[in-house]
Amino acid sequence: MHLASRAITYLALWLGSCLFAVPFLWMLLTSFRQIDSDPAAPTQFWPDAWTWQSYIDASETAPLANWLANTLVLVVLGLFGQTFVSIVVAFGFARTQFPGRNQLFMLVLATLMLPYHVTVVPWFIMFRSVGVLDSLWRIALPDLWGNAFYIFILRQFFLTVPVELDEAAEIDGANLLQVLFRVVIPLSKPAIATVAVFNLIHKWDQFFWPFAFIQTPEKLTLAVGLRWFRTQYASEYPMLMAASIVSVAPIVIVFFFAQQHFARGAGLSGIKA
Amino acid sequence: MTATDMASAPTPARRGRGILGWTWKETQGFLFILPWLFGFIVFIAGPFFFSFFLSFTQWRLVGDIKWLGFENYAQLLSGEDTRFVQSVYNTAYYVVFHVPGVLIISFIIAGLLNRKVKGIAIYRTAFYLPSITTGVATAVLWYWVLQPNGLLNNFLDIFLKPLDIQAPNWLGSTTWAMPGLIIMSFWSVGTTMIIYLAGLQGIPQHLYEAAEIDGAGWWGKVRHVTIPMMTPQIFLTMVLAVIGSFQVFTAALIITEGGPADATLFLLLYLYWNGFRFFKMGYASAIAWILFFVILFLTIVQFLTARRWVYYEGERAG
Repeated sequence: MHLASRAITYLALWLGSCLFAVPFLWMLLTSFRQIDSDPAAPTQFWPDAWTWQSYIDASETAPLANWLANTLVLVVLGLFGQTFVSIVVAFGFARTQFPGRNQLFMLVLATLMLPYHVTVVPWFIMFRSVGVLDSLWRIALPDLWGNAFYIFILRQFFLTVPVELDEAAEIDGANLLQVLFRVVIPLSKPAIATVAVFNLIHKWDQFFWPFAFIQTPEKLTLAVGLRWFRTQYASEYPMLMAASIVSVAPIVIVFFFAQQHFARGAGLSGIKA
Repeated sequence: MTATDMASAPTPARRGRGILGWTWKETQGFLFILPWLFGFIVFIAGPFFFSFFLSFTQWRLVGDIKWLGFENYAQLLSGEDTRFVQSVYNTAYYVVFHVPGVLIISFIIAGLLNRKVKGIAIYRTAFYLPSITTGVATAVLWYWVLQPNGLLNNFLDIFLKPLDIQAPNWLGSTTWAMPGLIIMSFWSVGTTMIIYLAGLQGIPQHLYEAAEIDGAGWWGKVRHVTIPMMTPQIFLTMVLAVIGSFQVFTAALIITEGGPADATLFLLLYLYWNGFRFFKMGYASAIAWILFFVILFLTIVQFLTARRWVYYEGERAG
């Protein structure tokens, strides 16, 4: 690279990343600001005095621990129901033969295009009729049966695992489940980790369903709870920023430990359909 | 649950044929798919058909379901419901500016990140961090960023003050509320950017060398190597961005609640209000189905035009 083009690259990267990082940094710094330092100056960047007070206030006014626990329940159920079940289903599509298999796989791909909001009204009626409105089960239940996008990614990956390994295991007397758990899963760890990380982020961010179906504040998730909190304390922004930081901190920490999976995951999601 | 069912099932040695006349091996294969099939029937296909039925009715959640025929659709498509027309206009406005904006900005950032620079992890983190911030936290934050004396206007004042121009009151103005939300959407381009970065890293170096021999400059290489080789990724992200822009909900709900004066009333927000605020379940279902057909139409159009401009390397041999 020429010196001039190098300089332009660095300048553009530096300016660009500042533009992207500044709102996030403002959120972080504001959460440590004295609540009454100057409420009319939301742009003040550096706090006059540092304090934890907003975090203490936020945890006293909002059931943050409940929200965190609810979010974790949904994340764990989601990881089981979407990542794990998708592994089982994807194995079925990649490694077994039965009449109608290919047609069913086309159906999986077709559901990728269905906008979820078409099902909002029927789901509401369905769950109301069995009395599980205002419950975490309502949010978790439809997610326990695999996810079309994850099934697609995992199936594509499983197809790259040499089928001779399955056959060798079967000659040794392994049944299909043993082939899945002892051959295919160990050889597909990168793809599975990618899907799990996507799944985790997606569940953490989930808003529409818990928002539409849960009313009791204690039963909310972090994402929806934050929205509820905002409607109650709209103008106390240092406290809102503290609650926002609490709600994103766990996922940011996961991101730092799983960075390479993100890059690889994006590569996988670009698989030509 | 399938896992345990399978483990307790009879051994593969059994040669019996089930009701469908399938071998044990085929039955096993089907059992692997079964959890998804169950979820599909109960939570996707069933509700889908039920919502289609509801879209031809009037129902307020209590009392009888009243058959209306095409009345809901007629009311929506004739332009009689001006709020619906407004929400279609708003959503189209958003799509027209959000989709190209996201693609171009992500492409430029990915291009910069793909050059051999030091400290790439720091830059990548700065660009990606907004995308892992949850939608709600982003909205709560940007409500303050977009205030008249907020961060964005402080930044714009650097350029506008010397020209004696007043920075806009983003959220308080019917003209500027939508541009404000579109600017906010550009903050979360990280996923598209990473897909592009992965694509850029997959372009074989020898293509650039060949272009250089042919005398191509910087722009020539971008125009004739990078962009053609990236068309599969551009196509994928475009399709996803169009589908995504029709489903904007969180930001509009939290930041503007559709206001001021319905200037940021998105289709999905209007659907939600009809169903859960006004309890017009049939009407909400009709909106959902119109939304579905619009997305389906646009996706099919994109797939049809893709044959003209998307280049798949594997298809070269033809």
